[in-house]
Amino acid sequence: MNARAMNDTRTIEEALRRGSQPAGSDRGRAARTARELSVEEAGEAATRLAARMGAEGLADVSYTTAESPFGTLLVAGTRRGLVRVAFPEEDMDSVLERLARGVSPRIVEAPAPLDPVRRELDEYFSGRRREFELDLDWTLVGRFGRRVLKVTSEIPYGGVQSYGEVAADAGSPRGSRAAGNALGSNPIPIVIPCHRVLRTGGALGGYGGGLERKRWLLELEGAIAAGR
Amino acid sequence: MRVSISVSDELPPFQRFLDGHRGAVWRFLLSSVPRHEVEDCFQETFIAALRAYPRLRADSNLRAWVLTIAHRKALDAHRSRARRAVPVADPATFAEPSAQAPPAPDEALWDAVGDLPARQRSAVVLRYVGDLPHRDIAAAIGCSEEAARRSLHEGLMRLRKVVPA
Repeated sequence: MNARAMNDTRTIEEALRRGSQPAGSDRGRAARTARELSVEEAGEAATRLAARMGAEGLADVSYTTAESPFGTLLVAGTRRGLVRVAFPEEDMDSVLERLARGVSPRIVEAPAPLDPVRRELDEYFSGRRREFELDLDWTLVGRFGRRVLKVTSEIPYGGVQSYGEVAADAGSPRGSRAAGNALGSNPIPIVIPCHRVLRTGGALGGYGGGLERKRWLLELEGAIAAGR
Repeated sequence: MRVSISVSDELPPFQRFLDGHRGAVWRFLLSSVPRHEVEDCFQETFIAALRAYPRLRADSNLRAWVLTIAHRKALDAHRSRARRAVPVADPATFAEPSAQAPPAPDEALWDAVGDLPARQRSAVVLRYVGDLPHRDIAAAIGCSEEAARRSLHEGLMRLRKVVPA
């Protein structure tokens, strides 16, 4: 190869590298526009594809966002049912990583499979729904936690129980502290109503989503007087 | 939705993998198959990736892996086009019809990449879009490392003739 050919090849290589750089690198405007267009197209195609993967059940976990009085929730479901509700301040990346580890890495952002969840949450938050009719996936919950949360699911709208009562109903020799821990790590808050469990005597106790929200939910359900 | 790259020994959630590599796959397919087949190939690539995903090792080169799949899907598309006995598209149709402005120099170059013979095109695109080392290009194309090196070189030589420096 002569020196000129070498130079030309290098020019071509540089141009190819430029074309493969992320948008925003220093290049001609027309080229950047074409590049940005293809980035945009790829983004739109990926959105359509993820939606399809969720709707056709190719993915194991679908997630989407749901607006609520608390802000934007993340909701995730499997073929079995709702597996996770995350509060706005939870880090979305960690929530998804935990799902990848604990359920399956085949996770996509797909709204359609979660339409019933979003609808029932809307109805609940606007006071038009007292009971959720959603299937649940308990994969993220351990054996003891499952007993505690199943007992908790039986507490009716507007009612409350103490940590001790829940622990006893769950058949726990470990008592209310262990029950409190299980409730605190409830992966499906609101729908599994861990907010209905209080301290003996009526003190609010704890809540993964913050006590303000616990109070708000209990007021919504009429379990405690509003405006305290 | 936010995408972050974290150092982890776990496979990332598939959505993050899709978001991280969709651009490279799209670009690869744009220069490998006719425009109207890009989205189908794109979907097939990532659906195949989704199927195999849980069996992957977390330390795999995910970019190389998904471009390997895209390369196969592009070849499949070419084969089924041939099987349908439709005359092979004129290379000129690989280029986007330039609706507005004349193509920028870089775009002309990428059109020329689209016109390369399949193996050279894949070698060039895997190298410069996928940023893959020769070893991974060889694995993607299914040839020896030496043959991959040669295809890449021949591709560059041909581009040099087509595109004035």
